[in-house]
Amino acid sequence: MGRYIIRRLLSLIPVLLGVSIIVFFLVRLIPGSALQMYLGTQVEATAEQMVELQRLFGEDKPVPVLYVEWLGRIMTGDFGHSLRTGRAVLPDILSRLPLSLEITLMALVLALAIGVPLGVLSSLKQRPFTDITIRVTGLLGLSLPQFWLAALMVMAFSGFRGWIPMGNFISLWDDPVKNLRMLFLPSLAIGIGLAAVIMRYTRNSMLEVLQSDYIRTAKAKGLSRRTVIVRHALRNAILPVITVAGFNVGYLLGGAIVIEEVFALPGMGRLALYAIYQRDYPVIQAIVLLIATLFVVVNLITDLIYALVDPRIRLDEKAR
Amino acid sequence: MNASRFTKNPIAMTGLAIVLFYVAIILVSLVWLPFDPVAMDMDLLLDPPSFKTGHLFGTDEFGRDILSRIMSGCAVSLIISLGATALGAVAGTLLGIWAGFLGGRWDHWLMRVADVLFSFPSLLLAIFVMAILGERTYNVVIAIGIVYIPQFARISRGAILSLKNQEFVRAAFSNGAGKSYVLFRHLLPNILVPLIVQVSLSLSVAILLESALSFLGLGIQPPAPSWGNMLSAARKLMMIAPWTAVYPGLAIVFLVLGFNLLGDGLRDVLDPRLRNAR
Repeated sequence: MGRYIIRRLLSLIPVLLGVSIIVFFLVRLIPGSALQMYLGTQVEATAEQMVELQRLFGEDKPVPVLYVEWLGRIMTGDFGHSLRTGRAVLPDILSRLPLSLEITLMALVLALAIGVPLGVLSSLKQRPFTDITIRVTGLLGLSLPQFWLAALMVMAFSGFRGWIPMGNFISLWDDPVKNLRMLFLPSLAIGIGLAAVIMRYTRNSMLEVLQSDYIRTAKAKGLSRRTVIVRHALRNAILPVITVAGFNVGYLLGGAIVIEEVFALPGMGRLALYAIYQRDYPVIQAIVLLIATLFVVVNLITDLIYALVDPRIRLDEKAR
Repeated sequence: MNASRFTKNPIAMTGLAIVLFYVAIILVSLVWLPFDPVAMDMDLLLDPPSFKTGHLFGTDEFGRDILSRIMSGCAVSLIISLGATALGAVAGTLLGIWAGFLGGRWDHWLMRVADVLFSFPSLLLAIFVMAILGERTYNVVIAIGIVYIPQFARISRGAILSLKNQEFVRAAFSNGAGKSYVLFRHLLPNILVPLIVQVSLSLSVAILLESALSFLGLGIQPPAPSWGNMLSAARKLMMIAPWTAVYPGLAIVFLVLGFNLLGDGLRDVLDPRLRNAR
């Protein structure tokens, strides 16, 4: 397992380098240089002044050299400064990252907590009507715009203002209960679509497993129905569900970006949007790079969990 | 493809019916709309849905008829979705089949690029591309299309890899057929099944992505009606005028559901290996 983890970690390096190259060069494709953005529209700089400014900002070198320098700075945690506020980019992002991660994680937990039990329950009753209902529900889950669902929830729950704290955001450390109540609706709005998908996968996977020989053996041994379903069937059926859930973390994270806007939550998504509206490229660059890295790492963790619960994966790798 | 199996599949048929319903709405909207979708009516601001005024879905903050805006936004959504999917499918498939077919260094590098593009959550990648290209309607098509290119490339490459060493391909080569001929005449028709299913699912995701981009103000710009920017405007109004948010959202959900049902049903019909899977 150790060697497998190391090999997978090493495989991240070229991917992340690729991500950094794409982010760096795409941002440079933007019409109008960052320098002009920095000067704003009120300042008229002559060509000579621009050259001088470029030299001052260290921007007068060939692009590949600039890339290597930029990469070097990023490795030391220097993501540059915002063109609008002049503040260092990284601390601003890091102070907002926990909220976005919390929403994403809560959405994932809610999706699993709703999807898996419903999927298992529905697999125990195999009727044509249940089949179609589950299938359509799963597809409906994929069809809901999360931000719209969130808006509907705000409308529906507006009568329960006392239960859901509105107004200024309260962090998890200051008041965990209030914080969780505040983030419940946003997380539910993002997670419920995935819950429907997970339900469908759990059911399919359970149906497959329940037909296998070892389940018949377990039943024949006289084990209780509950033991057979939970200990024997679900343990194996959950494998593909883990993969589906893991690979959808990116979808949840994307949802968090939009949802923060609906609920006016001060997370990374809002920071990113304002940076885009204001053409604040150092901030955009850093956020995109960070989210992509996060996403790649989450996918790796998903793979590792999968390999951990299913040793066959690693054996396959060796045989190859 | 077996046509009778398609018509007997309730999921696929329901999906097709929904999609055709929207196509019909577009055709109707070309010749007739209840009201002018951009005409303002200062006497009927945020008027609730009613038969008396003729505004069946109510009016928005400028007194514009919501039903008419939804109807004319329908064409916008479908065209963007079709355009983006076509861009992603054609470019991605071409790259993917050449990579799978030629193999070697070309294949290696192309797939590494795909890996990198896969490292961005789709919505983030689309937002990022929009931020670079600027908020124009055709840029929405490009942004979503770029999200799709690696997906189609990976699917078509995988399908080609599983086929390219089979007997019928070698037979074609030994008959003196050229590479392009074998690729487009023999291999491409055989990988259409997974591609068609992917197209259908991509159409649905494109509508969601477009609406999210427009909702964030990065997609279709007002006053042109799009379901996403209608919802964006409704955000501040939904407490006093819920209809401004409810109906455009429902329009999105049903069309997306239609494509999803169609794609799911098509998978049943077209892929015999999955026939028993539910």
